[in-house]
Amino acid sequence: MARMKFLCDADRCIECNACVTACKNEHEVPWGINRRRVITINDGLPGERSVSMACMHCTDAPCAAVCPVDCFYTTEDAVVLHNKDTCIGCGYCSYACPFGAPQYPQTANFGTRGKMDKCTYCSGGPEADLSAAEYEKYGANRLAEGKLPLCAEMCSTKALLAGDGDIIADIYRERVVTRGYGSGAWGWRTAYGETVSV
Amino acid sequence: MTNTLSRLATVAAVPLVWAGTALAQVNPTAESVNEDALLRALQSGEAVGGRASIPDDGAASLISPDNKLWAAMQGDTLQTLSIVAVLGTLAILVLFYLIRGRIRIDGGFSGRKILRFNAIERFAHWMLASTFIVLALTGLNLVIGRTVVLPLLGEGAFGTLTAWGKIAHNYLAWPFMAALIMVFLLWVIHNIPSKLDLEWIKQGGGLFKKGVHPPARKFNFGQKVVFWSVIVGGAIMSFTGVMLLFPAEAGSATDWQFFQVIHALVAAAMSALILAHIYIGSVGMEGAFDAMGTGEVDENWAKEHHSLWVEDVKDTKARNDAQISPAE
Repeated sequence: MARMKFLCDADRCIECNACVTACKNEHEVPWGINRRRVITINDGLPGERSVSMACMHCTDAPCAAVCPVDCFYTTEDAVVLHNKDTCIGCGYCSYACPFGAPQYPQTANFGTRGKMDKCTYCSGGPEADLSAAEYEKYGANRLAEGKLPLCAEMCSTKALLAGDGDIIADIYRERVVTRGYGSGAWGWRTAYGETVSV
Repeated sequence: MTNTLSRLATVAAVPLVWAGTALAQVNPTAESVNEDALLRALQSGEAVGGRASIPDDGAASLISPDNKLWAAMQGDTLQTLSIVAVLGTLAILVLFYLIRGRIRIDGGFSGRKILRFNAIERFAHWMLASTFIVLALTGLNLVIGRTVVLPLLGEGAFGTLTAWGKIAHNYLAWPFMAALIMVFLLWVIHNIPSKLDLEWIKQGGGLFKKGVHPPARKFNFGQKVVFWSVIVGGAIMSFTGVMLLFPAEAGSATDWQFFQVIHALVAAAMSALILAHIYIGSVGMEGAFDAMGTGEVDENWAKEHHSLWVEDVKDTKARNDAQISPAE
């Protein structure tokens, strides 16, 4: 099976936030929750770069390590998903995550966060693929339909890549070699303990 | 006028300069950010971040590698420490029971009772004790439940149990804190260290030898240790706990992680201490439970374990009796 990853080519990202919008629309994500967001480094300065960030679906995911109810699981495609029926909304995963992926529908005080929500790599949850229950809790399951995550699929500059880690690493490497520069595979070192070497 | 002209001239010159640099084929990433460089420059606890258009400060953080250190500590160190603290203490207590046996009243029950703890003292103690037990069990469940309880109950039942446990933990923290203040106010006067404590330590509290009973007032040194550990430990638990409940007030994510680790470590230490306290107050010592049960202890038990306190009580009683004038 493929080892699914995201790779955001910051030298191509134009901070249009279309990935953020597409994600919210595709999964009907509630107000206040952002499964994906764009962060601009050196905003307004020379060398400004934008990176689109969501759950990186880490190897040995730290969220899964700290979850008191062990509600995380990794799919055959190496996508890190969680079971909202088991989640108690304790917030530990959000403190373990290096990427700020876990989101909560409510304010955080007094343990009233509600069930955690995060990027599913457009592959739903533990419910039956493409069922109504799955859609309501986790959003669309594009992987089950043979499609890749919508954020990457509709990226206008093809900055955001999704797919098998080896393949998107090759694409990125080729780009860096061709154009002569690249700011790196953001988050890869932290998520997978490796990066795309050129 | 000359000012405007010179400004116009400057504006006109800019495209020429740009054209010049473009022709020179300068590397467009000369001043660009680079992930490797940013990660290398990070100080401990810092995050690579920038600006996000989402109205949430936390969203602007891009990569916080140190969160993984906290995560590793959760799944590993804290879990091991908690299990060792609880099981280790239980093992020591079982061993102590097997070697020393139940500490009996040497003189047997006298049948005469002395009031040791009044209703208010017992209420404060049991409010503190009952909330602590629930807090300790639900807290321990958060740390080791997924390893110990989850395989027994299955994911659904364990998730429901833990969700209720979390609610109990968050709300029972408040009566725990109230009881902690009550207990402090009621007993602090009896728990000030004194010279007698040295004698108690020298004799090992009489714990390890039959028939040895160092003198003590209302609380002996062992009980003073329990008192101050509960007060100081409870205060640390209360403070860190409130910080965990109100993450926004706790400060940054790093601060929250720090409070959480302290909360877990102190909880493990307090659980070990309270297990020993429960043991000696119930199965470990004959006649001890009455103090917190009915509030009245047997006189012989009191003479053996709190000799000076018994004298104090009798003196006070005698003085009170003397003051009552005969009804002639």
